Amino acid sequence: MKSDAMKSECARPAAPAAAPRAFIRVYVWEAPVRLFHWANVACLLTLGATGYLIGSPPAFLTSGDASSGYWFGTVRFVHFLAAYLFVAVMMLRLYWAFAGNKYARWRNFLPLTRQQARDAVQVAKVELLQVSNESLEPMGHNVVAYFTYAGTFLLALFSIVSGFALYAATSQSWFPHLFIRIIPWFGSEYTLRAWHHAALWLFALFVLIHVYLCIYEDYVDGRGAISSMIGGWKFVPRDVAASPQAQGLSGGGRRRRSRAATGGQQPPTAP
Amino acid sequence: MPALLESPVVPTIYEQMQSRGVNRRDFLKFCAWMSAYLGLQESGIAQIARAIETRRRLPVVWMHFQECTCCSESFLRSSHPIVADILLDKLSLDYTETLQAAAGQQAEEVLQDTIKRYRGEYVMLVEGSIPIGADGAYCVVGGKSAIDSVREVAAGAKAIIAWGNCACAGCVQSANPNPTQAMPVKAIIKDKPIIHVQGCPPIAEVMAGVLVHLLTFDRLPQLDALGRPKVFYSARVHDTCYRRPNFDAGLFVETFDDANAKKGYCLYKMGCRGPTTYNACGSLKWNNGTSFPIQSGHPCLGCSEAGFWDNGPFYRRLTNVPGFGIESTADRLGVTALGATAVALAAHAAVTRVRKRDTIGEQPGENAEAAEASRPTPPDGPANPEI
Ligand code: HEM
Ligand code: SF4
Repeated sequence: MKSDAMKSECARPAAPAAAPRAFIRVYVWEAPVRLFHWANVACLLTLGATGYLIGSPPAFLTSGDASSGYWFGTVRFVHFLAAYLFVAVMMLRLYWAFAGNKYARWRNFLPLTRQQARDAVQVAKVELLQVSNESLEPMGHNVVAYFTYAGTFLLALFSIVSGFALYAATSQSWFPHLFIRIIPWFGSEYTLRAWHHAALWLFALFVLIHVYLCIYEDYVDGRGAISSMIGGWKFVPRDVAASPQAQGLSGGGRRRRSRAATGGQQPPTAP
Repeated sequence: MPALLESPVVPTIYEQMQSRGVNRRDFLKFCAWMSAYLGLQESGIAQIARAIETRRRLPVVWMHFQECTCCSESFLRSSHPIVADILLDKLSLDYTETLQAAAGQQAEEVLQDTIKRYRGEYVMLVEGSIPIGADGAYCVVGGKSAIDSVREVAAGAKAIIAWGNCACAGCVQSANPNPTQAMPVKAIIKDKPIIHVQGCPPIAEVMAGVLVHLLTFDRLPQLDALGRPKVFYSARVHDTCYRRPNFDAGLFVETFDDANAKKGYCLYKMGCRGPTTYNACGSLKWNNGTSFPIQSGHPCLGCSEAGFWDNGPFYRRLTNVPGFGIESTADRLGVTALGATAVALAAHAAVTRVRKRDTIGEQPGENAEAAEASRPTPPDGPANPEI
């Protein structure tokens, strides 16, 4: 069945016979998802950098008097400004988890089905342990990535809640005061602040691994993973996209990724 | 309460003051001070004066448990001489281990007598934490464990004032590993209003202010989410700190003996807990408004916050992360974790290179030049005849 698909592919005049595997361009990431992604990057970098400075201010100035500067106040101001933006960005994504396409839906992020568990095991086998080549090739993210993003979302939620709880003392606005109830749960404001600080390092870990895996996926799978977050387009083997086995919340199907699988399709000779 | 307070037998507080030689002028000054501490408007002075002129006494039982008595000491150093004298000595204190003349059997009788006679009217003041380990054996007064006495006395109390960090949050006794399982009052008594007067010790004027408030208005002062009187605890030390402009300007003391310390820059990097500590030190100060730790060049330890002993080291911004050994701050752990992850990722990349070498890189039929070469020529001549 797979080779049938391949054959019909090869017969198309537009796709010259030399290509053994045809990829189609699919629009996966809609504009709000991409906007969220890059705004999130900007917020995280800003919050991380200013947060780090708040935690460990360098000795920029060693003389002068207080009336001549305000850099630390500015750093804090930028942190709080980015914090409000961060909330807006997260709300956008939350909304899109209900309004967006299949690949952006909230369902993907929650481990709800047995299939997701099986897929997660498969992803671990293929990408982490590398004992299998049966790549799942989903249209959206793979299940493990979705779950990781859910975790990161919780981390963001924690940063927001703890951050605004800390911020409430300096604010007259109602919004930060929504969160002050959590302070006693952590013992004291100081401990909460220490946790808020620790979240910075969890984000840093996430970013490191995330960027590595994007490069990995782009390189190993060659489906344009990185550029997909810019234009929204991914490349999917036509047989995978069309496969009746294409299933799972995030679309796609299974494909053996090996020389044998592709090598079997020798370029037909020119008519 | 009114029944007792209006009893003609006992002289009013003002009458007691007069008999001790306090003149009208000093009395009004005292009322003005108190209303200023309490943040009342001008009419508040008259309210306080009236209350003290007409009210008789506020029966008070002052219980001492696991403590160092620094709350009592602080109170005795209250800036206005008649505050301690009148509020403590004359007006109240039917029972207090530290100051009472009675001892032993006699003292216990006074306590029993007071809690029976003024049932539902007296205020219980608690100084010190209550150890619940070993059935309360770690703190026993007059043959009764602290847990039992606090329960017994609280049962008939109108309200409870928890003095200081011990009674509010357990202070040093409850610091990790808390060998006696020291508890704050609120962990034991759940059914009475508790005013938490935080600090190690609390500021004397704050203590007096809370008592005067109870006396004047006959109800609890407004409390925040942690049960602390808002008037004294709604601002952080950081918000009233006179070094704050240095904080905003990024001017920090780097070591205790540097030039910046001499110039009075902000003590943030020396571990100052002012930004997370709610107290009135910056505005009321200590010892008759003389100074407070930061003014003396010492970072705030956060002594009015729960668990401050476990958030050490005091002279470092970031606390040690428990369970990871000494000198392990979140930053150190974070950088270590990042480094370890980077190594792991590099290893993963190397493994990928080896195990997936057959599938990454150019595959058969993917050569771009070959694809161009095999582009089929349209049957009717070249695609672009003009060239
Ligand atoms: C990705 C998210 C965030 C990161 C990585 C981050 C990081 C940090 C760090 C490292 C600190 C220094 C803490 C310390 O050492 O004591 C800090 C402080 C702080 N952050 Fe965040 N933060 C984030 C989000 C937020 C948000 C959403 C808010 C909400 C307003 C917020 C409010 C604060 C406040 C109020 C402080 C204390 C600043 C001060 O009082 O001087 N943060 N943050
Ligand atoms: S010395 Fe402490 S309380 Fe004062 S401004 Fe600096 S950090 Fe805040």
